[in-house]
Formats: sequence, structure tokens, C-alpha cells
Amino acid sequence: MNSVASIVLNRSFQLGLLAVILIALATLPLHYQGYNIVRLLNIFMFVVLTVSWVIFSGSTGYMSLASAAFFGVGIYTSALLGDKLPIAVVVGIGALVSSCVAFLVGALTLRLRGIYFAIFTFGLVELIKHLTLWWEINMEDRRGRLVVYVENDIIFWVMLSILVATLLTAYFIRRSKWGLALQSIGENEEAAAHMGINVTLVKVITFAVSALFVGASGAIIATRWTYIDPGIAFNPLYSFMPVLMAIFGGMGRLLGPVIGAIAFTYLKEELGTEFPELYMLIFGIILIVAILYMPNGLVGLIQRLWIRGFRRQDADT
Amino acid sequence: MLEVNNINTFYGKAQALFDLSLRVEESEIFALIGSNGAGKTTLLNTISGLVTPASGNIEFLGKRINGLAPHIIVEMGISHVPEGGRIFNEMTVRENLEMGAYSSHAWKIRWGTLQQVYEIFPVLKEREKQLARTLSGGEHQMLAMGRGLMSRPKLCILDEPSYGLAPKYVEEVFRIINSLREQGITILLIEQNVRHTLETADRACVLENGHIVLDDICDNLLQSDHVRKAYLGL
Repeated sequence: MNSVASIVLNRSFQLGLLAVILIALATLPLHYQGYNIVRLLNIFMFVVLTVSWVIFSGSTGYMSLASAAFFGVGIYTSALLGDKLPIAVVVGIGALVSSCVAFLVGALTLRLRGIYFAIFTFGLVELIKHLTLWWEINMEDRRGRLVVYVENDIIFWVMLSILVATLLTAYFIRRSKWGLALQSIGENEEAAAHMGINVTLVKVITFAVSALFVGASGAIIATRWTYIDPGIAFNPLYSFMPVLMAIFGGMGRLLGPVIGAIAFTYLKEELGTEFPELYMLIFGIILIVAILYMPNGLVGLIQRLWIRGFRRQDADT
Repeated sequence: MLEVNNINTFYGKAQALFDLSLRVEESEIFALIGSNGAGKTTLLNTISGLVTPASGNIEFLGKRINGLAPHIIVEMGISHVPEGGRIFNEMTVRENLEMGAYSSHAWKIRWGTLQQVYEIFPVLKEREKQLARTLSGGEHQMLAMGRGLMSRPKLCILDEPSYGLAPKYVEEVFRIINSLREQGITILLIEQNVRHTLETADRACVLENGHIVLDDICDNLLQSDHVRKAYLGL
């Protein structure tokens, strides 16, 4: 094999590279200010949402559209408790509350298969949104509320920590016995039960774990928004985006959803500023092309080109 | 070892098993024969906990198991190799086998078990890293049986292991079933290949429309007029 490739594929090289990237990212707020940080923050958030979605839906094949519900629960936790407790505690509570909601919903609905589960989880977002709205209007005579201010650097570091925790969890689940169980549920749930897997428990717990990170990222990002209301907090866009980003990146490897989220968020920002009227249209076209011509996503495409490149080099020598 | 007493099983309003009883003794090969729709698979699914009987009870090693969840029944030592294998096609042969050892006591000793399974099925060792969907029909069944053994069962339930296989593999499957019994594993077998089954098994029962019509040692069944006429075409 080619020498460049053997270095890139080397395990300690990969770990070293990861460490360098991580340190570079963590020290970034010390050098840069303003828009670049905000942009990265946005990217981190979508990577967290997408990877969390993939942890559960990617392997089991249960398409969840509940991300926005967990995200919104995190946001509201921040709005309600942000001025009373330290921000790290608020983020922790946001994660736990989201996770509890996911646990309850999962226990009730994870018997539903396929499209029924997707529709129910989508309905959940609307349900929580309208309940909150009803409560605010009728019980508190207001709409929306202010969120406490937190410095950008702190938001950045908290979000980065959530990101690292999400990636580590996804990585270890993938390599564990639990990951095998999830994969087998996705392939054939009945056979998985034959193997002695408590399929309901595995599904519900994984669903709850994936909601942890979504809730946490909602709780921290809310501090950037100053003002929130149910329509902002429970925006269904946050349910659909992770799905699209995961499909765009490819779900075969952990890197897929990460790259998908980064590329998609970047594109979204660029197109949004360059072609504000047309950008949703361009977006749609990119997505259709991606689904038609990149069945394994961006990462699948890169892999294919990579392998083809080697064949050619081997043939040349 | 396994005792099924007067169970009735329904699918909605349709009754599939009627007041059905049978006993499987330790270290024997017990076969269930019957035509399509007789209730064979339903009976096996009832035993392994995937279907709950409306009445009656099932005991395994003296403990009542009906009403328990399938994963607990696996843990107690019953392994069910379903019809058609139900292999995880997008996972490798090795991963499929590891899945078989999912129950907690088998998981710790899975590497040892894996070597034993590879000894019984050398072809699986050769194919270790391949995706399961690339296996031939016969290898597929070998993998399903190997996966069933990974949980270190005391009782192995095999649902039509020779279905759709080439004659060469059918011989192989029956040879392996015999060798499992020699290792002390009790076998509960469903088969449509009636002659082969009755020659291999110790005892068998004949299931028709959810009722057991005959229950005897295989030598007697091979002589029975009913079996000869209905199942052997003699």
C-alpha cells in the first residue's frame, strides 16, 4: 500500500490528529472573536444534533423526528433556570429533563414501527409546543421569555464539551456489545429478540441517552438567543435538519454524520447570505442530487474515490 | 427437561394450538412433524416466549417459563434457531456469532465457545470476516445453527434446519444434529423431511391442526400406518 495512505490509516496518527484538532478548537476563542466563533458554535450544535440522531435512528432504523422536542425542552430549561443556577448545572438539568422525556415517550411508543413512529415523534414536537403556548397564554398571561446572558467564550467551551461527549458516546456505543444489539435490532428485530436481547429496553435506553446531548445543546444555545418563545424553541427544523445532514454525510461510519453536519451547516450559511431568496431551492436540489447519486453519502463517495485512486496508482507502478 | 402441559395459543380469535402437551427428556432428539399450518412454529415460538399461551403451563428444568420474556428464557438455556435462520445479513459472520452469545453468562466465555463452534463448522471460520449475505444457503443455515450454539444452550430448538438445502447439506445438518446430542445438548427439532427426521430422532410427535395425534418413539412411528400414508407416501 501507498505510504501516505498507511500513515493516514495508522491508529496513533489518527488519535494524534484528533488531539491536535481538539486543542486547536479549544484555544480558538483566545485568538478569534465574533462571527467566526458564532459560526463554529452553529456547526458544533448541528454536529451534536446529527450524531445524537444517528446514535439511535441510524442503527435501529427507527426514524425519530423528536429532536426538536428534546432540543426545545433544553431551551426552556435554560430560560426557566438560567438566572437561578450556574450555567453548567442548567445544561446538566436540561440534558436530564430531555432524557426523561425521551425515556417516557420511548417506553410508550417504541412498539410502533416505521412510519408510525416517525409521525408520532413529529406530533410530539407540536404537542409540546402547543402545550407550552397554552400554558404561557392562559396561566402566565405572557408569550415567550428572556434567557440569561452568557459570554460567547463560555458558550463555546460548553458546546465543545457536549460535542466531545456526544462523539465519545457514539464511538463507544458503536464498538460495544450494545452497538451490536442496536444494529441487529435495525436489521431484524424479531431475530434480535431470538438472540436474547431485551429489545424494548435497549431501544428505550438508547433513545434516552441520545436525547441527553440534544437537551444539553438546547440549554446552552438558548443563552445566545436572548429571547425565546414556543415557536422558536420547538421549531420542527431542528427535527428535520439532523436527518438530512446524516443522509447527506452517510451513516456507515461515525465520520459521515459529522462531515454531513459540517458541510451542510456551512452551505446553509453561505447560501443564506449569498442567495437569501433562492437558498432553500438550491438546498433542495443539492439534497436530491445527494440522495440520487451518493447512496452512502459524502463519506461513501470519498471512500469510493479514495479506493479508485489507489487502484490507479497500483496499476501505474 | 422440558414439559409442556395443556397449552392453548391464539392469534387474535384464531386458535392455533389446542390443549397441547408434550415432554422432552434430557439428551434426546425430540422431533415435531406435521404439514404446513399444523402449528409447529407456533409451538416453538410459544416455548421460547415470543408468543404467550392463553392457558396451560410450560416448565423447563422444573421452572415455569411461560409468561417470561424471550431474553430471560435464552438466559435459562433455551436457544431457538428460527425458520430460515433469520441471519443478520449486513453483519459479518463473526458478528452474527457474537450476537448469539448476547446473554450475559455466555458473553464472558464467548471466545472459547467461538473456537468450539468453528470446530463444528470449519466453513464459518473461513468466512469469518465476510458479510453474512454473501454466504450460500447451506452456509447460511450453518451460521444460524452456530449462532444458536453460542449461547451455550442446554436445549436447542431447531426450526426446519434443512429447509431449502441441497441434499449434501441436508446430510451435513443431520450429522451435526447428532454430534450436538453427543455433546449433551437436548434437541427439539421441526422438520418437513420426515423420513430423515424419524431415522435421526429418538422420539417424535405428529401435529395436525394444532392437535397432537401421535406421540411415540420413532421406530414405532416409522411403522405406523398413519405416518407411512400421510407423511412418507407409502
